[in-house]
Amino acid sequence: MQRFRERSAPLEAIRNPAREAVRADLDRLIHERIRLGIVSALAVNRSLTFNELKALLKTSDGNLSVHARKLEEADYIVCTKSFDGRLPKTEYRLAAAGRRALERYLNHMEALIRATREG
Amino acid sequence: MATSGPLRSPQREPIPIDARAADHLRYIRETMESAAEFTAVPGWGGVAMGVTALVAAFAASRQTTPRAWLAVWLIEAFVAVAIAAPAAATKAHRANSALFSGPGRKFVLSFAPPIVVGGLLTFALYRAGILAALPGVWLLLYGTAIVTGGAFSVRVVPVMGLCLMLLGGAALFTPATWGDAFMAAGFGVVQIGFGWWIARHYGG
Repeated sequence: MQRFRERSAPLEAIRNPAREAVRADLDRLIHERIRLGIVSALAVNRSLTFNELKALLKTSDGNLSVHARKLEEADYIVCTKSFDGRLPKTEYRLAAAGRRALERYLNHMEALIRATREG
Repeated sequence: MATSGPLRSPQREPIPIDARAADHLRYIRETMESAAEFTAVPGWGGVAMGVTALVAAFAASRQTTPRAWLAVWLIEAFVAVAIAAPAAATKAHRANSALFSGPGRKFVLSFAPPIVVGGLLTFALYRAGILAALPGVWLLLYGTAIVTGGAFSVRVVPVMGLCLMLLGGAALFTPATWGDAFMAAGFGVVQIGFGWWIARHYGG
């Protein structure tokens, strides 16, 4: 069965070039739903706090924290920790690399739609 | 244990790649629209409107005729619009979103009806000679507009609307001579306070 799958993959690519294109250079880091949401939300705001992002994306503390850290490690977003009075405040901003990644991702999706519909 | 159905779930129809890509693009657009709600209301614009309202309240209280009093507040209304519109446009532009995109459009469409009603009631009450009711009516309807428009914004915006409505309700049942003081409190102090808060916490 496994051997059959391995053999059929190149055939599938020939039949479906759009699928092959998406595999080739799709940014897996922001392809994930929550991470895509974080980057999209920060693209239209100078900064958003952890709680704002959590409410916006309707996700849990842990989930948001894990995904935000991955984006931070890739230098897609910048995290700033401060105090608002006595309360700790975590703010996120989109870095230049993150904005470029989102633009690339948007272009990629649009190209994919064009390629599939034209082909 | 006996099972009546197949052990493996039936295979789902594969989703076409273009439909999946379109779904991702839709998700990005919807997230951006929801996120832009955080910046729909201009904080510093609110502060500026509050300051001009305080000046107007002082000027209106010194007028001797109802016509002149009304003229002062109508001028203030135009000044407030002249401040709010470019302030909102600048803030939306800075956040890379169009003023009349999703959240902006929803805000304007929800904000406008109480303001239009306010304009009509102003004309009707002026003709009937019941100017004493105007401060309460204006505060109530402006507050309603902020609450309805603010339903698509951060929570602090509808709270500001509620404060204005409370002041408007109080103004309706207090002596007419307190009208300017209530408007100074509502259009002035409340807008300055909440405007400053919005500006500090929601990007200007």
